[in-house]
Amino acid sequence: MNENDCQNVFALLSEYIDRELPPGTCEELDRHIQDCAPCVEFVESLRKSVALGHTYVPGVEPPPVPAGVREALREAYAKSLAEREKRATE
Amino acid sequence: MSPFFRQCVFLAEEPFGAGLSYDERVDGSPEKIERDRRDELQLARELIAGNAGAFERFVDLYHGKIFRYSFTMCGQREDAEEVAQETLMKVFENLAQLREPEHLKAWVFRIAKNACLTKRRKSVFAPARELSLEELRPQRDGESGELDIADWSALPETAAQNTELRAALDRAVQNLPELYRAIFLLRDVEEMSTAECADILGVSEDVVKTRLHRARLLLRAELDKHINGVHA
Repeated sequence: MNENDCQNVFALLSEYIDRELPPGTCEELDRHIQDCAPCVEFVESLRKSVALGHTYVPGVEPPPVPAGVREALREAYAKSLAEREKRATE
Repeated sequence: MSPFFRQCVFLAEEPFGAGLSYDERVDGSPEKIERDRRDELQLARELIAGNAGAFERFVDLYHGKIFRYSFTMCGQREDAEEVAQETLMKVFENLAQLREPEHLKAWVFRIAKNACLTKRRKSVFAPARELSLEELRPQRDGESGELDIADWSALPETAAQNTELRAALDRAVQNLPELYRAIFLLRDVEEMSTAECADILGVSEDVVKTRLHRARLLLRAELDKHINGVHA
């Protein structure tokens, strides 16, 4: 297996995993990976890592929104809604 | 089975192997991602329409999202609280100008990103340049020519070990250089599109793809070290 092919595959693996490659390129990668044990191993590890990343939640809990802040936000929201309605009727 | 077909099977049925609960496994599934997108869009529509309950749901959902994003970017709880509150205030003050609910989420995160920049303490991990792919490629064993990577088929199988894996992921994310951490959080955690990420960060879609790939490679490498350590 040509080392250059592995390098080219390596550069495209995120798009390959996300299914964002054009069909022709995806098939080319399929063909290479099928016959390249190191690439199979690497793709599987990257795929699992990406899937794990999708579930990432920082180990910190957000605090509650303070009552005073929530009230100020509600007022700003009410003003924006009123402004939107005014624009719609103009 | 072709790698592409296996990829589809993997994504549909087996996100990352045994050892995680059903809820955890479906958490990052394409179906869940699509459902979240639809729910967020529906909430954006209701918020703009002034529907009852939309305000509370939006504040609770996005305060948490922005806080977590800001905490991961700024590293300071106080900064993250301020960013979350400032961002929501700007959103509500300017909501009348938003025309398309499809753009609400990206708009919120663009405001949050800018607020984070004003709080930022320069990260010691920030690279002066984009990392090259060559730097991120796993090494090959000199004699066998095999890649020097861990056995990912042996992912942890108990809840306790999962906790370790998640702690390892948390450390790996925190250790990502800032420009890679930002794209990982927006693209892989918040599930925004490449175009939305490009819009939020003020870079081209090609740059988003380049940085996302490097972020993922760095995370994979860090988790590889963890798995090697667990099974050594």
